[in-house]
Amino acid sequence: MSPRRTLVALAAVVVLGAAALGAAQTTIRIGEINSFSGIGAPFTGPYWNGVQLAIDEVNARGGVLGKKLDVLKRDDKGQPAEAVKHAQELVASEQVVLIAGTFLSNVGLAVSDWAKQNKTLFVAAEPLTEALTWSKGHDHVVRVRPNTYEQGRMLAEKAGKLKYTKWATIGPNYEYGKRAWETFRDRMKELKPDVQVVEERWPALGKIDAGIEVGAILAKNPEALYVSLFGSDWITFVREAKKRGLFDRMFVVGILLGEPEYIDPLGLEAPEGMLVTGYPWYDIAAPAHKDFVARFTKKYDKNPVLGSLVGYITYLSIVDAIRKAGSTETDKLVAAFRGLKVDTPIGPISYRASDGQSTMGAWVGTTKLDAKRGVGIVVNHEYVPGDNVLPSDDEVKKLRSGS
Amino acid sequence: MVLFLIASGLSLIFGVTRVVNFAHGSFYMLAAYLAYTLAGALPLGGASFYVAVALAALAVGAVGTLVEIVLLRRVYRAPELYQLLLTFALVLVVSDVVKLVWGSENKTGPSAPGLTGAVRVAGQLVPTYDLALIALGPCVAAALWWLFYRTRWGVLIRAATLDREMVALLGVDQARLFTGVFALGSLLAGLAGALQLPRVALTTVMDAAIITEAFVVVVVGGMGSVPGALLAAVVIGVIDAFGVLLLPRASLVLTFVVMAAVLVVRPWGLMGRPEAQGRSAGGTIIAGREVAVPRALIVGLAALLLAIPPLLPTFYVWVLVEILAFALFAASLHLLMGTGGMVSFGHAAAFGMGAYGAALLVRWATAPMLLALAAAPLAAAATAVVIGFFCVRLSSIYFAMLTLAFAQIAYAIAHQWYDVTGGDNGLLGIWPARWLASPVRYYYLALAASGAGLAVLAVAGRAPFGLTLRAARDHPRRAEAVGIDVRAHQWLAFVVAGFFGGLAGGIFVFLKGSVFPESLAVAVSVEPLVMVLLGGVQSLAGAPVGAALYKLLDTVVTRYTEYWQLVLGVILVAIVLVFPRGILGTLGARGRG
Repeated sequence: MSPRRTLVALAAVVVLGAAALGAAQTTIRIGEINSFSGIGAPFTGPYWNGVQLAIDEVNARGGVLGKKLDVLKRDDKGQPAEAVKHAQELVASEQVVLIAGTFLSNVGLAVSDWAKQNKTLFVAAEPLTEALTWSKGHDHVVRVRPNTYEQGRMLAEKAGKLKYTKWATIGPNYEYGKRAWETFRDRMKELKPDVQVVEERWPALGKIDAGIEVGAILAKNPEALYVSLFGSDWITFVREAKKRGLFDRMFVVGILLGEPEYIDPLGLEAPEGMLVTGYPWYDIAAPAHKDFVARFTKKYDKNPVLGSLVGYITYLSIVDAIRKAGSTETDKLVAAFRGLKVDTPIGPISYRASDGQSTMGAWVGTTKLDAKRGVGIVVNHEYVPGDNVLPSDDEVKKLRSGS
Repeated sequence: MVLFLIASGLSLIFGVTRVVNFAHGSFYMLAAYLAYTLAGALPLGGASFYVAVALAALAVGAVGTLVEIVLLRRVYRAPELYQLLLTFALVLVVSDVVKLVWGSENKTGPSAPGLTGAVRVAGQLVPTYDLALIALGPCVAAALWWLFYRTRWGVLIRAATLDREMVALLGVDQARLFTGVFALGSLLAGLAGALQLPRVALTTVMDAAIITEAFVVVVVGGMGSVPGALLAAVVIGVIDAFGVLLLPRASLVLTFVVMAAVLVVRPWGLMGRPEAQGRSAGGTIIAGREVAVPRALIVGLAALLLAIPPLLPTFYVWVLVEILAFALFAASLHLLMGTGGMVSFGHAAAFGMGAYGAALLVRWATAPMLLALAAAPLAAAATAVVIGFFCVRLSSIYFAMLTLAFAQIAYAIAHQWYDVTGGDNGLLGIWPARWLASPVRYYYLALAASGAGLAVLAVAGRAPFGLTLRAARDHPRRAEAVGIDVRAHQWLAFVVAGFFGGLAGGIFVFLKGSVFPESLAVAVSVEPLVMVLLGGVQSLAGAPVGAALYKLLDTVVTRYTEYWQLVLGVILVAIVLVFPRGILGTLGARGRG
């Protein structure tokens, strides 16, 4: 391209950009960044379904503040740097009023830090790391899903009542795996001082050598095993563990492993009798939730998974925050989210003023096979609200002053 | 043994055709998904699974053949590295095709009927299916041995692996030979993928998970050596098994450490032989004359870059900064692979060390931003001194793989050293100083840094230093004969490339405000490689051209579709077919022709 042509092309870009800026804003734009390809891809499709359901319903009712919502979706490819690029684009070129989404913890942290620097509100949907709202928390970030700490603690409250004292763990060699275990272990030791840990296994994420790991765990003969593997690692582990009889020899606790995201792909190979956190969408009695499932199934011809519910709740919360703020200005939205109460299909939740963490909880129950549907399900479940396990505001203050 | 199957195919393809086949993992993945569907659809009862495995392997062998005939054959005459670019594009395409056809949810394949149990061996329960696979390995090896040592085709393959120019001179039809090898190699990859069904989960990222490991096995065994691949697969398997038990936290890098150790002791792998010729991973870079870019064009472009940013929408300024960082990053790699003929698969080490060097200074010493930015290239250069010391002793693909090993070790350190690097949660809050924080101001800083780096690299390439590097690249023995210390020059080039790669990493980290181990990942090493090839490896100017083109394409395509890999892959294939020597290389050749 000759310099002159380049110049013409660039000039065209400038003009078009200016034209886009000048167009009157008849909608409220929200930027959604998520891992639609790469390692997060298996989980973000159903999440996006939930988002669209929420947006369609809200817009059908006339939107919010008299304007319709317009969600602009960007793929971070599972890379933090890519997510930051999208944040720059969405805010600078598309004038979105806030950024939402993300699945992976590191991507969530990168976007959160960008939001802090650029005074943009970030509504984190699914990243689990505690750092997001605590040690690296700030005014411009809130999070919907219950974090690693909460879920580990819910499981410990149940497991602490059981007889097992000789524990082992296996999880991905990531902050998530480590914290999922540490929270559980520390609470267990408080509840049962005679708990001892005989083995910790930390295979590389996505590269588990399952046969060897199973052998190493069996060799230590623990009474119970705490698992924070997920995705393909968990499937591979289950297959090798079953062949070697691991599930017959010990009690297994699995964080997140009752979520349809992780139990459905196993089909009838899913292990029974595990204590898990999960999402029994098929068995939640609340009429509002039954209705949510019906609407979701009607629209997509498949069942929701936890990500779908989180996506739905995330955008319900955003709409409520805009309504409460009566504006789309960042400062007012930030203020509106503090203590915001949202009516969701699973009942009311709120966003804590101290850390922006929502009080959405999780279901703790036991896995069982459902021969009719051909998948594992969670039975004897109990919904544990976030409030039951979240640290107090004073503790949060201490956690946040650390950095 | 699955690793042996995939590695032997890869080794075979490289040995004969010199194609660094990144798409080998994609063939593996494709076969796994095909077998998954076939096993569910075939009405053969217990036999369905086994028939499905065979059919999937054959189908992927056919796909490989097709790829060779339709695509690769068109670019054999280009510098051999361009086939690498093509296989990279295929990786992108296959990845999205799998996603389109099978969806991105993880899948669990069927078990192998009749082989679902386990037997007790030396006190440990071992699944019968694993035993069957272990038995299958030597069978395949024996079949390959028979093929290579008892058939005429095999003799030709072995001869071509040793010296394919000679085989060509003797009148053997290379095209048919290459097609056959590609078919066989793809078939082996397909067999490996299909046989994984009862063991692992099917995911759309299983290609990336296997390909680096397969390359490690190939290199440890010796490129082109099937017995070497078998030996290496066993050695790596055993070391992995013990390593996972004894040093669980090192499991991220264990195989790479083993590879580095083997290569330092045996630069040609366990059973490989020194190559007859060639230095770079993709064979020799036929450099020809450097493509001269008219000075007026450079001056005009520089003026444009100086004048335009205040007029651009903010986001485009950010995109330009990213392009500037990657232009410098790619140019620094060009010094190694273009001028020096040393293709690195681990240049992310320079980029990441630069980014981490700056970020660590900000985080732990609260260093002023400009000081931290200045430290980025120094940190990367210091690392390059060490890495280069080991790497320049090797050549060709072995050099490339050793650089990859070091980059992976750096990745593992950044990932594991939570107290210092923040582990996978990275380092946050690495933003420019307040007076530089506006997009346009940061842009000018990046322009100054990147422009200065490019200018120095351009001068270095034409200085006696660059000319000496070229001499060493084109004929190391003659260069040594006239008294040039080849290794010292290459080592210095490695350090200089590291320095500017680090500077690029420094520019990048303040653009993004955070750094994660991902900045040291394989993908970051591949990107500048693709950019240099895209622009044209013959000329330094190709690097910024390739960087700009790739980043713009990526930004635009990603903006509009979730299937960016498919679109980007197809565009890359088209570019390679139209510009088989890269944009500048092909334009230059046409200009002269």
